[in-house]
Amino acid sequence: MVATTAKSASKDQAPERASKPSKDVDRRLKRLDITMKRNQYKGDALIEVLHAAQDAFGYLEEDVLVYIAQGLKLPLSRVYGVATFYHLFSLKPTGAHSCVVCMGTACYVKGGGKVMDALQDELGIEAGETTPDGNVSLMAARCLGACGIAPAVVLDGTVMGKQEAQQVLTEVKRWENG
Amino acid sequence: MNLTELLDVAAAEKARQRPIKVHCCTSTGCRSANATAVMGNLQQAVENENLSDQVEVIGVGCMGFCGRGPLVQIDPQDDLYEEVTPEDAPSIIEALNGGSAKSIKGDAQHPFFARQMKIVRQHSGKVDPERIESYIALGGYQSLFKVLYEMEPVDVVGEIQQSGLRGRGGGGYPTGLKWATVAKMPGNQKYVICNGDEGDPGAFMDRSVLESDPHLVLEGMAIAGYAIGANHGYIYVRAEYPLAIKRLQKAIQQAKKYGLLGSQVFDSPFDFKVDIRIGAGAFVCGEETALIQSIEGGRGNPVPRPPYPAEKGLYGCPTLINNVETFANITSIIREGADWYASIGTENSKGTKVFALTGKIRNNGLIEVPMGITLREIVEDMGGGVPDGEVKAVQTGGPSGGCIPASMLDTPVDYDSLRAIGSMMGSGGMVVMDHTTSMVEIAQFYMEFCRGETCGKCVPCRTGTVQLYALLTKLLKRQATAADLEKLEALCLMVRDTSLCGLGQSAPNPVLSTLKYFRQEYDDLLVQPAYLNGTSSAAEAVTL
Ligand SMILES: Cc1cc2nc3c(=O)[nH]c(=O)nc-3n(C[C@H](O)[C@H](O)[C@H](O)COP(=O)(O)O)c2cc1C
Ligand code: FES
Repeated sequence: MVATTAKSASKDQAPERASKPSKDVDRRLKRLDITMKRNQYKGDALIEVLHAAQDAFGYLEEDVLVYIAQGLKLPLSRVYGVATFYHLFSLKPTGAHSCVVCMGTACYVKGGGKVMDALQDELGIEAGETTPDGNVSLMAARCLGACGIAPAVVLDGTVMGKQEAQQVLTEVKRWENG
Repeated sequence: MNLTELLDVAAAEKARQRPIKVHCCTSTGCRSANATAVMGNLQQAVENENLSDQVEVIGVGCMGFCGRGPLVQIDPQDDLYEEVTPEDAPSIIEALNGGSAKSIKGDAQHPFFARQMKIVRQHSGKVDPERIESYIALGGYQSLFKVLYEMEPVDVVGEIQQSGLRGRGGGGYPTGLKWATVAKMPGNQKYVICNGDEGDPGAFMDRSVLESDPHLVLEGMAIAGYAIGANHGYIYVRAEYPLAIKRLQKAIQQAKKYGLLGSQVFDSPFDFKVDIRIGAGAFVCGEETALIQSIEGGRGNPVPRPPYPAEKGLYGCPTLINNVETFANITSIIREGADWYASIGTENSKGTKVFALTGKIRNNGLIEVPMGITLREIVEDMGGGVPDGEVKAVQTGGPSGGCIPASMLDTPVDYDSLRAIGSMMGSGGMVVMDHTTSMVEIAQFYMEFCRGETCGKCVPCRTGTVQLYALLTKLLKRQATAADLEKLEALCLMVRDTSLCGLGQSAPNPVLSTLKYFRQEYDDLLVQPAYLNGTSSAAEAVTL
């Protein structure tokens, strides 16, 4: 969740190899190709390739999974099985902004739950969801390894320590207002 | 590269270094508190004050006192500054020129620091993790040279066995014995795996070691490779640790360039290459068989043992898998000798252990202490106790461990004592709780964790954790009866005894330990069964 800064990715940006792919998609597919090539198209590089795909496209669209399955010569079921097993892979588009609240023990004991409650109220969504306008994704993390500065929150890839609900809300409201 | 060349690199680095070293932490914790800007301003100030030939600013890894970051420490004076802001940073340099520093001066003699004994973290906060020369100047890679040219593989294994080192990943299996098993296995292809998945929430020792001193772990892995006859190592790091991954990549490249990793290490016939594998957010992947599946690019489903990875691990080959901290102990054992190591700690738990001291505690951060120290010394003396309150419980071992009540704070911290009181050492997370934390809620919290993290392969773990979570939730909603509590206990034992891997086997521990020590909190939540009376609480129970 932290490693990948969520980028906006909507349906129409997804790869459509049936029709003519746009330049943008082309470039992103190329990134995938490079990763696969660097790993000699070996099946055991699947997780690395999925990371690269999610970095490039923001999430793992079905077409991308098919593309990877073909590239690495793996059954689609295997690719899908792996993509759904790991929490960091998202099969749905994520929002333009991402807010990850750590709900690990240290953060929980220090009020991470309250921060999460406040955000859920403000955004009107649950953890793991994206606001209907596609602006903000709210996620819960197990532990970011930043327990010394609990509670920790990651806003668009930047780790922030010792957060209070009010502080985070101010930041998130800024996103909401554009 | 040979020994003379290595020593030359060390000498050149020492000659390049300035007499006064300003160490600025640039690890995850301090970084989030603007440490990068602090470091920039420190560097600028050195130039402004015309001190460049005497003072150098070094970006270093974790100094441990993460709760008070960003930290700046100055050698040889051993001055420590806490919560340094970019604005105040220049004043720290000015103070070296006779001015006065505006930042808060910490007490480097505080028990938090004074009680520590650093082996794993010996260089953390001193060495520049992004420059191999900095590590070499501190004697780095000399242990690897020593084993390659002065020791037979069996002697290396023997040394580790004699040291009494036990695995730091949670299980506490004797490391030397594991090495000996893999070394004895037939076959030309063997692997070394370093487990850097660190999924236990509230623990960040491994992240800190990887970010602060990556070469220490790489050197330990290479020594292991030589000892067991492996030429290929993997280091599995969770994706949540981007900085650790970046620093490891850099470290591997630099070591290769110097001929300290790759083919013909130190111009000897020994080859050892290391690849990084990145996790994707699954706690169960910390379990060794699941981790191996994940390295092979599959779902992280554990497989039954035996066969143990030592016989049949990665790609079906004999595989040695150890934790980051375990590997970080190796170079010191080789350098100082097994007897030295075995003189630290207790009868059955040798050496030191790094703990992440977090939660409701005054001094948050990482500490490395000799085994056998009591929880009280850690929590009260070093940690400074709970700010405005009292310790209620200390949680160790994460989702596999338990909550230790305040009355048992005099328990020594070693593998066996912690296990005897229903918790475990675990990987080193230590979360302090005060009266504001409900123990039933904590049990529910961990069960939610296990419910979400179970891989779903075996039934007791997959459905048991769901049922246990439901029962705990029912309790917390004040809808559970004494019969439910009985069911909870029985189910805990069943899940513990019948699950496939350690995740399920230990998932009930937080419930069992809180039941054992804080039963009153459970009892207080119980309601009468509906048929005994018609009061409102029973009516509520029925509507459920
Ligand atoms: C559910 C589960 C999670 C685990 N997570 C980790 C982990 O995050 N890091 C780790 O080093 N070991 C973890 N282990 C222990 C490993 O399976 C293995 O025993 C360990 O890596 C061996 O290294 P050691 O002997 O050096 O401790 C976990 C075990 C289980 C059952
Ligand atoms: S528990 Fe939140 S960062 Fe570790």
